[in-house]
Amino acid sequence: MEAFTIHTGRAVPLRRSDVDTDQIIPSEWLKRIERTGFGAGLFSEWRADPSFVLNDPAHAGASILLAGPDFGTGSSREHAVWALQDYGFRAVLSPRFADIFRGNALGNGLLPVVLPADIVEALTAAVEADPATEITVDLEAREVRGAGQIVGFDLDDFTRWRLMEGLDDVGLTLRHEDRITAFEAERAAWLPTTV
Amino acid sequence: MGRTLAEKVWDAHVVRRADGEPDLLYIDLHLVHEVTSPQAFEALRLAGRPVRRPDLTLATEDHNVPTVDTLLPIADPVSRAQVEALRKNCAEFGVRLFPMNDPGQGIVHVVGPQLGLSEPGMTIVCGDSHTSTHGAFGALAFGIGTSQVEHVLATQTLPQRRPKTMAVTVQGELPAGVTAKDLILAVIARIGTGGGAGYVIEYRGEAVRALSMEGRMTVCNMSIEAGARAGMIAPDETTFEYLKGRPNAPTGADWDAAVAYWRTLATDSDAVFDHEVVIDAPSLSPYVTWGTNPGQAAPLSSAVPDPAGYVDPAARASVERALAYMDLTPGAPLTDVAVDTVFIGSCTNGRLSDLRDAADVLRGRQVADGLRVLVVPGSMEVKAQAEAEGLDEVFRASGADWRSAGCSMCLGMNPDTLRPGERSASTSNRNFEGRQGPGGRTHLVSPAVAAATAVTGRLTAPADL
Repeated sequence: MEAFTIHTGRAVPLRRSDVDTDQIIPSEWLKRIERTGFGAGLFSEWRADPSFVLNDPAHAGASILLAGPDFGTGSSREHAVWALQDYGFRAVLSPRFADIFRGNALGNGLLPVVLPADIVEALTAAVEADPATEITVDLEAREVRGAGQIVGFDLDDFTRWRLMEGLDDVGLTLRHEDRITAFEAERAAWLPTTV
Repeated sequence: MGRTLAEKVWDAHVVRRADGEPDLLYIDLHLVHEVTSPQAFEALRLAGRPVRRPDLTLATEDHNVPTVDTLLPIADPVSRAQVEALRKNCAEFGVRLFPMNDPGQGIVHVVGPQLGLSEPGMTIVCGDSHTSTHGAFGALAFGIGTSQVEHVLATQTLPQRRPKTMAVTVQGELPAGVTAKDLILAVIARIGTGGGAGYVIEYRGEAVRALSMEGRMTVCNMSIEAGARAGMIAPDETTFEYLKGRPNAPTGADWDAAVAYWRTLATDSDAVFDHEVVIDAPSLSPYVTWGTNPGQAAPLSSAVPDPAGYVDPAARASVERALAYMDLTPGAPLTDVAVDTVFIGSCTNGRLSDLRDAADVLRGRQVADGLRVLVVPGSMEVKAQAEAEGLDEVFRASGADWRSAGCSMCLGMNPDTLRPGERSASTSNRNFEGRQGPGGRTHLVSPAVAAATAVTGRLTAPADL
């Protein structure tokens, strides 16, 4: 996974709350067995509307998504994260994320940044007023800067380190394989198996 | 201080705990389906890693499978390729698979419980958000993404941050005609689609204890629609009775040892939840969604809400947008809403008791003219049981379409979809824009309300027939 330290880019102001993963990537796209190429399906139902914000040429090339609360609700489809990344997004800024989406994003190096609603509103308004507005997401400092705002955000040290190093969880976990084996030796004999 | 059910199950599965890091949790059961697994198997292949515990892994074909002509090849080449990829991956990595037409095939969250694989105190994951269903047994069960599917396949563990705990206590008795589905829709309407974010919900109280296992599964299934990754119910005699004798349940002395352990799992009387919600069961009635997320629900006897009644501008905009998409008029009675399609099925309401509820309403009655009614059992076993009881004949005689098992119109990955502008009454779990087909409009209801709606063509409670 690509490491994340600091990223500066323009933003797309998505003035919607409860953006579910069915909207981010509709189920028709979930039939693919590849991990790439989902950007074309990002928000595909909404993009059919010419007035949808992602169709505004002023926001072409933006890499930060500004969203309302409860972003990524619903289905566990990681394809939603892959679609956002494939389209070119590096970070999503929202007052609240759905748990599964947030975990998927952190697992892929798409940074889900939780900010107070008034800050997201201020950034959204600034980007709407001037689409050339640049926002910096600084993971090292755990800070978002832009449009006259400097705001810290929370992320635990371990996850921050993992993202900054670009490490995936499987390799980290397998360093503790002896612990897994020891745990397995103690499991109750009556626990079910699928064979 | 005492511990909650969720905390007990969590603590019993910690393989490794280190300051500042997520706990590494052991996973007792990993359920797999064709949609969220191909990229995970491919990653294993590229890394040269095996599946660590194929004996704790089970796969089924559900999301893509057609519900008619199931003996023919899948017509959609992309769906067919995905199903074939699962077959190839399961063969290569030694994972047991229930393919289409196998008597064991079905929706992943129906298959696990019917085999007795979903048991109290276990950790269960699947690349599917409705894995919360298995929490009905007192298991800690939650949906994961594809990278985590890969992680569990490779290590049988998952690094996880300990969630907060929420008690949803449903006091008193549910009135006659009010089902588990109505209860959970009322809970979601109360706490909102994000209200459970960061929490594991434990459903408690008299009305929850009185639910059957299948009703409990319906409730836990939709925990994710309130934002909670997992919902749980403490195991009790109802749980043990359901499990006893199932193919993968313990037997003999093992059964006794298991039950003795399961009895220790209930939340201690002095345990403290991080958040508590109390619902008054006698005040509930059949519920229906009017909007485009499952929190936008109201009693069926009420009216379409008026956006003007919402003070918060963001909430008002959300309601306005939902009503525009749903093409509903503020103030109109919900019972005036006419539908084109009724869908009875899904991991929420595709089990035998759900089909019995629907058949009880449809018996001796006819589906309204021009209405499409799909009845899709949650598994081939449910289908066989329903047919043994003659429920298929009840559905067919009423004019409904009796299908084979799968996820079907819940998410429309197979040919069962709504056309643009069509409206459904659906026993599934999500009324998102386009969920059942691009431009389709969904009203979530219980199986009994779905069946009554099939008779009148309008959203209808069985009591009003």
